[in-house]
Amino acid sequence: MYILVCGGGKVGFYLAQELLNANHEVLVIERDPGRAGQIAEELSSNVVHGDSCEATTLDLAGVARADLICAVTGDDEDNLVICEIARRRGVVRTIARINNPKNEELFKKRGIETTISATQAVLAQIEQELPTHEIIPLLQLHSGLELIEIRIPDTSPVVGRSVREVLLPAESMISLIVDPGGVPRMPSGDTRLNAGDALVVVTRNESLPVLRELLIGSTHGLDT
Amino acid sequence: MNVIIMGCGRVGARVAGMLDAAGHQVTILDTNPAAFRRLPESFHGRREIGNGMDGPALEKIGIEQADAFMAVTQGDNRNYFASQMAREVYHVKRVICRIYDPVREQIFHELGLETFSPTSIGAQIMFDMLLGQQEAK
Repeated sequence: MYILVCGGGKVGFYLAQELLNANHEVLVIERDPGRAGQIAEELSSNVVHGDSCEATTLDLAGVARADLICAVTGDDEDNLVICEIARRRGVVRTIARINNPKNEELFKKRGIETTISATQAVLAQIEQELPTHEIIPLLQLHSGLELIEIRIPDTSPVVGRSVREVLLPAESMISLIVDPGGVPRMPSGDTRLNAGDALVVVTRNESLPVLRELLIGSTHGLDT
Repeated sequence: MNVIIMGCGRVGARVAGMLDAAGHQVTILDTNPAAFRRLPESFHGRREIGNGMDGPALEKIGIEQADAFMAVTQGDNRNYFASQMAREVYHVKRVICRIYDPVREQIFHELGLETFSPTSIGAQIMFDMLLGQQEAK
């Protein structure tokens, strides 16, 4: 694949290095001439000096034949502009780095589905390590779907019930159950849910409150 | 009209003064409070310190009630980003966006924004002044 990496900071540099190691054709576009020179030395000249937000720079870099463009500068507005111009030039696959997780909505509305946010990843990791949060976001999938992990507390209304008996919200499914001993199982309709099970669930973002109510129950642990 | 202007530079301050004098409700936003000195003394509108690319900051100054949003900071990409946020996330009816780079201006215009490039306009005026193709005023 021919991959354009826009932004030669730490993220862009190591990304390009890994992609080159995986035998892809890679070109880094870096605005700062000093930094571009440094990258040229370390990546044996797979770099151009220029502003990736300018269509002419992207054209010179061969954007028209690129299979993928990765906009990984430190500025969300630059990453949005790079993806927009690249798509106007016919690049179908764009990946954008987002620094402010709140900006994800705008990228999605502009049709840039694949966004990576370090801030969001660290937040998710913190949530994973805090036992008080029963719902852990694992991965954002396409078109509003999400992969989450839910731990079933002792007080959950579904303890002892089979998967079939649990009426999940639309477009939600339990895809994996990890029991308290750490053993993973593919659930069937007859699989019984036990306290301490970790369920990996595919769901829609807006169904989270319903799932919480259903699988964790109210804060008093009463059956609903 | 309820108008939010992002960027209190020469153009932002001037258009804010004009709209205010014409009786519109104007809020001008800048990250640097010193920028507000450019506003005319008669300006009645609101001066707000903040970043127009930040959703919560825009909500705080009432973007959801705005009829129009104008982006005139020094950064083309910032103007584009904030304008798309106003349009796509907050559904502001009129969004006007300044883009210095004529190539980017063309692309953003094709993506549905109301844009203008002072570079193109200025160059055309100079060309016409020199070659006399513009009627003398």
